[in-house]
Amino acid sequence: MNKKAIASAVSAAALAATMAGCSGGGDAASAGSNTTNCTNKIVHADAPKVSVWAWYPNMATVVDNFNNSHTDVQVCWTVAGQGGPEYAKFQTAIQAGKGAPDVIMLEADQLTGFELQNALVDLSKYGAGDVKKNFSAGSWKDVSQGDSVYAIPVDGGPMAMIYRKDVLDKYGIKPPTTWAEYETAAQKVKDAGGPAFGDLGSNVPAALTALMAQKGAVPFTYDLADQKNISIHLDSQPAKDVLNYWAGLVKKGLVATQDQFTTDYISGMIGGKYATYISAAWAPGYLTGSGVGKGNEKGTFAAAPLPQWDPSNPVSVNWGGSTFAVTSQAGDQKLAAEVAKGLYADDTSLTDGWKTQTIFPLNQNVLKSEAFTNNAVDFFGGQTANKDIYIPAENAYKGFSYSPFSVYYYAQLQTETVKINAGKVSGDEAATELQGIMVNYAKSQGFTVN
Amino acid sequence: MAVHGSTVTSLPHTSTPDKLNPTPPPEHRTRSRSDKMNARRARTGWLFIAPFGLVFVAFLLAPLAYALYLSLFTKGLATGTRFSGLENYLHAFSDPQFLKGVWFVVRFSLVLIPVQMAVSLAAALVLDHLTTRLARFSRLMIFLPYAVPAVIGALMWGFLYSPIFGPLQQLFSLFHASAPFLLSQDNVFYGLLNVVTWQWAGYYMIIIYAALQGIDPTLYEAAKIDGASERQVAFRIKIPLVSSALVLILIFALIGTLQFFSEPQILGPVANGSITPDFTPNIYAFNLAFGYAQFNYASAISFSLGIVVFIAVYIFMFATRKKGSNLS
Repeated sequence: MNKKAIASAVSAAALAATMAGCSGGGDAASAGSNTTNCTNKIVHADAPKVSVWAWYPNMATVVDNFNNSHTDVQVCWTVAGQGGPEYAKFQTAIQAGKGAPDVIMLEADQLTGFELQNALVDLSKYGAGDVKKNFSAGSWKDVSQGDSVYAIPVDGGPMAMIYRKDVLDKYGIKPPTTWAEYETAAQKVKDAGGPAFGDLGSNVPAALTALMAQKGAVPFTYDLADQKNISIHLDSQPAKDVLNYWAGLVKKGLVATQDQFTTDYISGMIGGKYATYISAAWAPGYLTGSGVGKGNEKGTFAAAPLPQWDPSNPVSVNWGGSTFAVTSQAGDQKLAAEVAKGLYADDTSLTDGWKTQTIFPLNQNVLKSEAFTNNAVDFFGGQTANKDIYIPAENAYKGFSYSPFSVYYYAQLQTETVKINAGKVSGDEAATELQGIMVNYAKSQGFTVN
Repeated sequence: MAVHGSTVTSLPHTSTPDKLNPTPPPEHRTRSRSDKMNARRARTGWLFIAPFGLVFVAFLLAPLAYALYLSLFTKGLATGTRFSGLENYLHAFSDPQFLKGVWFVVRFSLVLIPVQMAVSLAAALVLDHLTTRLARFSRLMIFLPYAVPAVIGALMWGFLYSPIFGPLQQLFSLFHASAPFLLSQDNVFYGLLNVVTWQWAGYYMIIIYAALQGIDPTLYEAAKIDGASERQVAFRIKIPLVSSALVLILIFALIGTLQFFSEPQILGPVANGSITPDFTPNIYAFNLAFGYAQFNYASAISFSLGIVVFIAVYIFMFATRKKGSNLS
């Protein structure tokens, strides 16, 4: 290689680098207008389009309902993954400065982290207050920071205990109402040679966190107005108690340690391998979609309130539930805010959602409607589960303070759960390790940990 | 594992490099004319590699330079971005999650590579010896797993290992026992070992087989006249003569295994959590960047892994250097 060649190679590299730099900056203005590859059909081709990422199982219907009833704006919808994979793509788009959709479906526990990165638009200036009356104070609190509103809630996940009627009947057990009863019942089923009573899947850390909160644990206290300060209490006594309780069930062989939403777990649900499923109101929709509770197992499932620690002082907790947020990359923020407010907010879509049990709507109009309240749920063999279990649970939910680094926290809790399931650590040890890891992480991210 | 197949085609020639050397150009009458011609040739040469060069710069060098640049900064969620020099690297080499991943891939390489080499070498020697139609069919069958995309292969193994659907379970249930879950925390090492060996042994077999085909058959005749048995021919003639192919495979396998990503990433969701987000350095870097929004630290982890790979390959080249020169 002679000098001239080196020089030309270097200048080519420099040119390439500049070109990359240009395209990075130049396109930012038109970011969010990528509405060419829609999963759905655009009804009114002339209307401006708003791109949406969402993974609701009935989203196709929801988008069609929206587009058919709006002439001034059209939704261009894409599934960018369910949960984690979607957040990874959004995170990449934030870093790149382009590529994010205008409106994005986010679970409530993810909002704080993205708000902190200035990736979401404060909707209070685009009339978010207009729809505030549709939601309970608790669910509105989950999407707000002070006077700012960063998302419009769609569905929630009040937790309850789903169980196999046939299995419990076979062993002569009444649905347990406390965690102590839950353990006794589990022991009884095991002694009689029955299946696992429940399951501690490592891949549902959000559910385990909710169960910790039920005993009174407050893992994180964080306020966006005070960006640099965070409290972390993952090794508090309630958190340790809950982890110890589940570690004990695993050790005694009373519950399985299978990851959930996997093919193996679903087929276990179908075969009656798990007597109970501690889960949220949206779970039956996902189970039905996978073929659970069909054929000769139709109507074998029922719901009961979540077992309590102190029956005289019951606590409701929430797992999952999602919202629509407007990203800061949105081309037309006002229009995007209209979509966030109006999408999955019409009666037809909401009814379709709750009838298939893929969502537990947070819209008060639905929650109070006769049809929803008295619905005899097919999956639960005609039980009026909304009225008896889920609506009271939702009404008693007080909200939760999420950390701004949920993805990292969940990954660490998952790792600790795997250790618990392998019998390598006790609940106490897991809680202490988790606390240490999270405090270190928060400090490395520049937070002051109180 | 990321190994590029295109380099293989030139392999059979490596044992006879002198054939490829072009004859020296004829001498030119005047000095200035030869200079001019050389310059023109050089220009034409650059033109020919320009398309490749552009792609190489745009998709390899520029991203590398950008990642290196990123790795020199630190960004906290609560703080802004600041220049931190080599701080990320110091952090990486004292980060238990990164070191744990490095230790895993090093251990994995130490077991995987000998197993893979033994399997592929044995298969190649047997197929080289036989010339029946069955041998040709077997060669294709052994190679086939490599033709299956890594993602599909891993998905397939996920089902085969499944404690509910897997054939292992059915086999064990005949004896009223329950099969071990090959992706459990204690077994995942061997479960992955099996997947990777299955995927790559056929490919390495073809490399060795091609090298074996390049050996001059008169050597075998000479050996037979000297009274060498088949076994002696295999061990004293064939294996030493394909040693350069074996070295090549070793380097491929070493680099690929240290960058282990696809198989564990795909089997992760069905592994009941035994494949953690910091399982291998590459998976850790992926999660840091796209899960935890730490692009700067992820870049540093990637370069740190590069350093580890470089050191490992260097150690290996140094160790095999003497042996190689003896043989050639």
